[in-house]
Amino acid sequence: MNKSGKTLFEKVWEDHLVVEETQETPAILYIDLHLIHEVTTPQAFQSLRDQGLPVRAPNKVLATMDHSTPTLPIRSIRDLDIVVEKGPADQIRDMIRNCEEFGIELFGFDSDKRGIVHVIGPELGATQPGKTIVCGDSHTSTHGAFGALAFGIGTTEVGHVLASQCLLQRKPKTFAVNMNGTLNPGVTAKDIILKIIQQTGVGGGVGHVIEYRGSTAGSLSLEERMTICNMSIEAGARAGMFAPDDKTFEYLIDKPMSPKGSDWDQAIEKWSQLFTDEHADFDNEISVDVGRLTPMVTYGTNPGMAIQIDDIVPEENGDLGYRQSLNYMQIEAGKPILGKDIDVVFIGSCTNSRISDLQDAAEIFKDRKVSHGVKALIVPGSQAVKKEAENLGLDKIFESAGAEWRESGCSMCLGMNGDTVGNGKLAVSTSNRNFEGRQGKGARTILASPKTAAASAIAGSVEDPRKYS
Amino acid sequence: MDKIIEFTSKTVVLAVNDIDTDQIIPARFLTVTTKDGLGDGLFTDWRFDEAGNKIKDFPLNQKKSDGCSILVTGSNFGCGSSREHAPWALVDYGFKAILSTSFADIFRNNALKNGLLPLTVSEDFHRMLIDNEGIQVTISLETMCIQSSNGVRENFELEHFSRYCLMNGIDQLGFILNHEDQINAYENKG
Repeated sequence: MNKSGKTLFEKVWEDHLVVEETQETPAILYIDLHLIHEVTTPQAFQSLRDQGLPVRAPNKVLATMDHSTPTLPIRSIRDLDIVVEKGPADQIRDMIRNCEEFGIELFGFDSDKRGIVHVIGPELGATQPGKTIVCGDSHTSTHGAFGALAFGIGTTEVGHVLASQCLLQRKPKTFAVNMNGTLNPGVTAKDIILKIIQQTGVGGGVGHVIEYRGSTAGSLSLEERMTICNMSIEAGARAGMFAPDDKTFEYLIDKPMSPKGSDWDQAIEKWSQLFTDEHADFDNEISVDVGRLTPMVTYGTNPGMAIQIDDIVPEENGDLGYRQSLNYMQIEAGKPILGKDIDVVFIGSCTNSRISDLQDAAEIFKDRKVSHGVKALIVPGSQAVKKEAENLGLDKIFESAGAEWRESGCSMCLGMNGDTVGNGKLAVSTSNRNFEGRQGKGARTILASPKTAAASAIAGSVEDPRKYS
Repeated sequence: MDKIIEFTSKTVVLAVNDIDTDQIIPARFLTVTTKDGLGDGLFTDWRFDEAGNKIKDFPLNQKKSDGCSILVTGSNFGCGSSREHAPWALVDYGFKAILSTSFADIFRNNALKNGLLPLTVSEDFHRMLIDNEGIQVTISLETMCIQSSNGVRENFELEHFSRYCLMNGIDQLGFILNHEDQINAYENKG
């Protein structure tokens, strides 16, 4: 095997080795950017406190609140208890205290920079090519869209990074996903990633870092790349990456935390080296024909259980628990998903809450009404996205269609803040997980793109967005 | 952290693939700021019905699984969210090991840092465990082997560093902080 070249992942990995791995010990990997939020950090801060340790590099920590936060507006922190329950409210107050005590700047309620951690990292320019980025959240894979090595960690590891700016890691394997062809109208990046996960299965990427490549890769916008990288974890992968290109640099130029002046020129020079060499090998490889894709929807209780929107639910997929999954969903094998009545539509989450996602949805909502009896909730990914959407008048389109327009946050993706689908109710959601009860106890979830979600809200049932374009 | 060398227990079986961390512990139990008491939320929507009564058929609710500290599950256990509340809940409930044919990466990492052994076993041994629900097994980190009471023996792999930390009750942060000089050197090279 010709192994003269390096993959994109290997270049970033090697650039961050403080200590190389050996047979006996894992590598010590340096972390450039640590994103933190209120849910997976309290125990880590407590552990530092117990050991009398400071935060090593507070300027490399980006802190916000997103998971437990209310999406109804609050004027001050004193109003918190009115809009959320005691648990989330206490967690939010704990986050504020921890950041104060350890000297970390927090983008809290009074900040126009607040938002879902994976939305604000890129929009602030903190996410950059070649960086190592971690967060106590599995969707940290999102940031790989910029050519960063970004992955989720547990709370113990959050403590390690706070104390040492380093992480113990075994080198993952590499996985190439070759995407070729051009997206057809009505088909989106969300449909590409659902198709990929359907192909790999939810465990297919375990132990690997995916690189998304092929002729489609360069044609996708950064927001589309983020949607794809975001759900790498749903294929079981450690991370997902795109090689940075001119689109990446264009996105980052002039962002608040991007390099400026001559630093920018140097950065471009360095970032331009971040690609997989011609003769590099991957440990695993699959291909996806993007030109033949149609809108995708899930029918079961994991993101790999996906079909084309006009297809029928398979009789079997060989998995232990397949029938249990269909029973939970109240979906029948051998029948279509299209036309199935729904109760809720959620447009939001770190997968699909950016401005292009909201524009996709607005195009369909414009001059139409949400079907009677359907609750449609639209939650922007950040306060900045919210403002931009309002400047474009999208909020008016949503509200006149009868959808609810909220403050930013994770919201109904996981229902921690009280925004839930409802017991037994069926939702079409632009989020990333259709696990049992993911969107609240008893909630049933169909994952789809913002276009499909919007079309379904109008129809009152699972609908093909191509009907409205 | 307690040292782990060897332990014996009956097994309880959850023969479902891709059990995600939202099933292990739903998000509504994540609004805590400590690790205490999370066992109450373990598999809660599978253990209890609407009225809060135990669902009799669920394996963890059966009398024979009382005191079991080894859980046998389907493949890709612990997929989904990075929440360390999942291993915290399993440990708080009383589990010391999960035996499966594969594990999700983040869950596996988190488990090892909390004295919970995520051990990958062969398809054959896994089938034997499922067919003999409740069978008693002994797991030894010393010999890296699982010995079942019917005489079947299975060797497992566990990377040297994690094994060393588990057997000596060592927190891994100490290992990183012992490399302070190298971290400084890395930061200073710019």
